[in-house]
Amino acid sequence: MYIVIAGGGKVGSNIARTLIGMQHEVTLVEQRRDRFRQLEGEFGHSAMLGDATEIAVLERAGIARPPDLVLAVTGDDEDNLIISQIAKEGYNVPKAIARVNDPRNQETFDLLGITETVCATSGLLGLVEHEVPEHGLVRLLELRREGLEVVEVQVLADSPAAGKRVVGLSLPEGSRLVSVMRNGVAEIVEDETVIRPGDQVVAILKPGAEDKLRRALVG
Amino acid sequence: MKAVIIGCGRVGSAVAKQLAGEGWDVTCVDEDENALARLGAWKGGFVVGHGMDKDILEEAGAAAAQAAVVATDGDNSNIVIGQILQRRYGIDCVVVRVLDPARAEFYAKLGLRTVCPTQTAISTLTEAVRACETGGIRQVTG
Repeated sequence: MYIVIAGGGKVGSNIARTLIGMQHEVTLVEQRRDRFRQLEGEFGHSAMLGDATEIAVLERAGIARPPDLVLAVTGDDEDNLIISQIAKEGYNVPKAIARVNDPRNQETFDLLGITETVCATSGLLGLVEHEVPEHGLVRLLELRREGLEVVEVQVLADSPAAGKRVVGLSLPEGSRLVSVMRNGVAEIVEDETVIRPGDQVVAILKPGAEDKLRRALVG
Repeated sequence: MKAVIIGCGRVGSAVAKQLAGEGWDVTCVDEDENALARLGAWKGGFVVGHGMDKDILEEAGAAAAQAAVVATDGDNSNIVIGQILQRRYGIDCVVVRVLDPARAEFYAKLGLRTVCPTQTAISTLTEAVRACETGGIRQVTG
C-alpha cells in the first residue's frame, strides 16, 4: 500500500517505521526543520519537509496518485481536520484516519465528516474508568460508523439485575447483553442465564441508552 | 440582525465596527482579552475564548446569528470554525479569511465563502505593475 503520514512526531514516526518494516511505501511529512533532519537520517527519501495542510506539499507527497491511506497525526486538531478533508474530498483518498488530540474536538471531526479518528486521551480515559468501578458502566469499544457501542457493567449485590434471568430483565430498547464474565471465565449470555453479583456484563447498545442500561442492571 | 466575528485583530475588529455602525448586533470572539481595546467604545458583545470551543460559540450567540466573519490568524482554524458555524448553527452567510490562495480556492469549491487577501494583493500588485509598464512604454515610444 502507499501511505502518506502527516506529522512526524512520536506517533507519526513510529507508525512510519512499522509500516516500512511491513514493506509498505510511506511518505512522512514533517514541517519542523529540526525534526525533519532527524527523520531524514532514519527514513531517507521517505521523509519530506513541509506543511501538510498546504495543497502543494500534499501534491509533492503524492496525494494525487492517490495513496491508499492518509494518516493525519500532527499535534494540531485543525491541521488534522484540514489534511483529512483535502485528502478525501479533493483527491478521493479511499481512507483517511485522523488523530484527535483534544477529545473535546471529537464532535467537530464528526461534524465535518471525518469519521475515522483515534484519540489517545479518550482511550486512556476509558482505561482509567475501567479501573474505577464506581463509574458503573465502562465503554469498551465505540463503533462510530455503525452507531453502536460495546460497554461493560459491573453487577453488585444490591443491583436490581442480581439473581434474575436475562429474559426477565427489562432492558432499554436498542440494547442487548452479550456476555458475562464470572470468576475470570466469559460466557455468552442466553435467555436463561442468571445474572449474579460480581458479574461483569458486556452489552452492545445504541449510543444514548447507557444510562437506562445502567439503571436496569445496577440501579 | 446578529453577526458574530471570530478573531478580533486588525481585520476582525474593523469589520465588527463597520457592521455595528450599520446597525448589526455584533459579538466578537478572541483568545486575547486585550483585543477588546481595538474596538474602541464598544457597545456590542465580546467573548474571550477559542472559536473552536462550542461553549464559546454558544456564549457569543452563534445559534441566533444570521452572519459570521472568521478572521483569526490561522487559516486552518478559520476553515474549521467556518464549517462549524455553517453546519452546526446553520448560518447561511459565513465569510472566512484564508491567506493561502490554494486552500481558499479548494474550500470555495466545497461551498465555503472564502476571502483571500493574498490573492487580492497578487492581482492588485500585478495590475499596478502592468499600469507602470504601459506608461513606460508610452514614454519611450512617444
